[in-house]
Amino acid sequence: MKSIFFHLMPYRDLPEDFETKYESIWVTPPNAELCDPRKVAQYYQWNLDELELADRLGFDGVGVNEHHQNGYGFMASPNLMAAALARRTPNNSALMVLGNTLALYSPATRVAEEFAMLDVLSNGRLAAGFPVGTSMDVNFCYGVPPTQTRPRFREAEELIIQAWTRPGPFSFNGEYNQLRYVNPWPQPLQKPHPPVWLAGGGSVETWELAGNRDYTYSYLSFFGAKFGKKLMDGFWAKMDEMGVDRNPFRAGFAQLICVSETDERAEQEYLEHCSYFFKKCLHIPGYFFEAPGYRTRKSTEFAIKTNQPGAIAAAAALEKNWKTLTEEGFIVAGSPATVADRLVELAKTLRVGNLHALLQVGSMPHELTKKNITLFAEEVIPRIRHIWDAEGWTHNWWPSGAADRSAERAVTGSQA
Amino acid sequence: MTTTSTAPAGAEERTVDVGPIRARVLVAGTGRPVLYLHGAGGLVWDPLLESLAAGHTVHAVEHPGAGSADDLSHLPGIWELVLFYDELLDVLGLDTVQVVGHSFGGMVAAELAANNPRRVSRLVLIAPIGFWRDDAPVPDIAAIPPTALPGLLLADPEGPLADAVVPPADDPQARFETAMRMASILHFIWPIPEKGLHRRIHRITAPTLLVWGAQDKLVSPVYAEEFTSRLRDSRLALVDGAGHLPPLEQPAVVRDHVLGFLDG
Repeated sequence: MKSIFFHLMPYRDLPEDFETKYESIWVTPPNAELCDPRKVAQYYQWNLDELELADRLGFDGVGVNEHHQNGYGFMASPNLMAAALARRTPNNSALMVLGNTLALYSPATRVAEEFAMLDVLSNGRLAAGFPVGTSMDVNFCYGVPPTQTRPRFREAEELIIQAWTRPGPFSFNGEYNQLRYVNPWPQPLQKPHPPVWLAGGGSVETWELAGNRDYTYSYLSFFGAKFGKKLMDGFWAKMDEMGVDRNPFRAGFAQLICVSETDERAEQEYLEHCSYFFKKCLHIPGYFFEAPGYRTRKSTEFAIKTNQPGAIAAAAALEKNWKTLTEEGFIVAGSPATVADRLVELAKTLRVGNLHALLQVGSMPHELTKKNITLFAEEVIPRIRHIWDAEGWTHNWWPSGAADRSAERAVTGSQA
Repeated sequence: MTTTSTAPAGAEERTVDVGPIRARVLVAGTGRPVLYLHGAGGLVWDPLLESLAAGHTVHAVEHPGAGSADDLSHLPGIWELVLFYDELLDVLGLDTVQVVGHSFGGMVAAELAANNPRRVSRLVLIAPIGFWRDDAPVPDIAAIPPTALPGLLLADPEGPLADAVVPPADDPQARFETAMRMASILHFIWPIPEKGLHRRIHRITAPTLLVWGAQDKLVSPVYAEEFTSRLRDSRLALVDGAGHLPPLEQPAVVRDHVLGFLDG
């Protein structure tokens, strides 16, 4: 399994009464009141130091993503962060930009250009994430009509792939992108183009796209494998239905992870920061999640059938004490052995070959984050790296310029 | 509003093809034709339509897109929507009509009258949207919990209408249908319900009655000025004891204003 250190880049010092005093962590948290640029200057240094540390310690990839007007992730431009990382990751980790929210860019060739720049700058280490984007980002922050979210995404995807693979100049007569001359300089280094990683929250259409286009799919949730099981089962059922193979490297999963010397110590060190994450960082009113029209009829019917809204509400309502957080799988935490065991179980249950490890959680300070990253790299990765080896699959979606660490040795007695 | 439309006794439910779109129209009554365009609550046979049908042939059209997302792909913007209604009038064989529109339907009615002034003889706009003022921003109806709807829509949020404007929390399918209906309207007005009517409204020649709830908290009555200051022939009826849904909140007052104005 590939381990990607995925950094959300949260505001680490939200006020004590944040969740009672303010409407939301996303869209409307008042910037002048809550977001101190001097603090952010410090966070950005820490965030990049943490990502660079992960590269040095042997993670397979480092991950960044895009959100807007969001207190748990104010990486409005992940490409800026990835550009900084491209120059400071000598161990050649994959650069997982998961991703650029395609529907927001007009023309979408902007994404084709910036991703191509990153791919070239990093010598072919870019994994190009194409998320549909959340309703918060696309509809509320960027003003795209909800009913245009998916049509814009699909058209942008089509345009970007053409811009990367067709010799230019050519014309593109789209509904939202009308271009007489498409001819970006340069095209990407990876051929035919950087691997595309879809990311989503369980839309049927996104699964179909993954199957049809041979893209990977990562399910990004903060609620763990227990909750994610139904969704990933849906994904694999769709792959079966489409006649697509069950290569686990087609799938990825995001997981909050806290590693310490012992299980007890993990609780002492991390509980406060996990509570901060669930109470403050996920303080988002229901209406922002889904502007009317954001979801298609088809996906909404699926969501109702599988009781997604009910399950999300139930998950959100649970009291987030350490016992609940670990037992319900919201977080995977404890000693390296405990964490590795849980992750192996998670990977096998969900059938995922890519782990987006969220190792900086909420208010977690820099030193503790470095400890978490270090223990994960040194004690956990060797135990989970080889879990899919026996099935003999090839990872067809790993950036060709990134280091392939799959040959690195397993620790004795690992779960492989 | 979550009530699904039911044709009243004596009304005919007609389905007509308008280009690639299948339109649903309730037709009732006899007399000079009136086209009725509903708001985000959907097509509901309310007391106003009942009163209108007593002396007119009412054509109440369901806004396209709630049932089939495909409809919206044929209607990317307000221009195509206006042409849809213009063509619908042809299909219905209505050369000249009086038009009554509520909220979003009011905005569409004004656009229709601006597009083809000769076709609209009289215009009634009930709490129409279509303008934006920084000093009285129209609240984002997509960014409030459903339980806040009565407070936004009704002069009396505790009154008997409160239940009718909140979709049932325990019925995901009903909530979904409400959301799809809302989506088909937000499609044309997101993220701010001002799509250029101010550039076109001067074309309207029809005498116009504006009906506004004095306690409208969704579209403040100050917006009436935007219309009266630009229309050639307009009058305002400010209805006390009404919020954004005057035909439901003060049916008798609204009926008298509207019937007194039409056929003039």
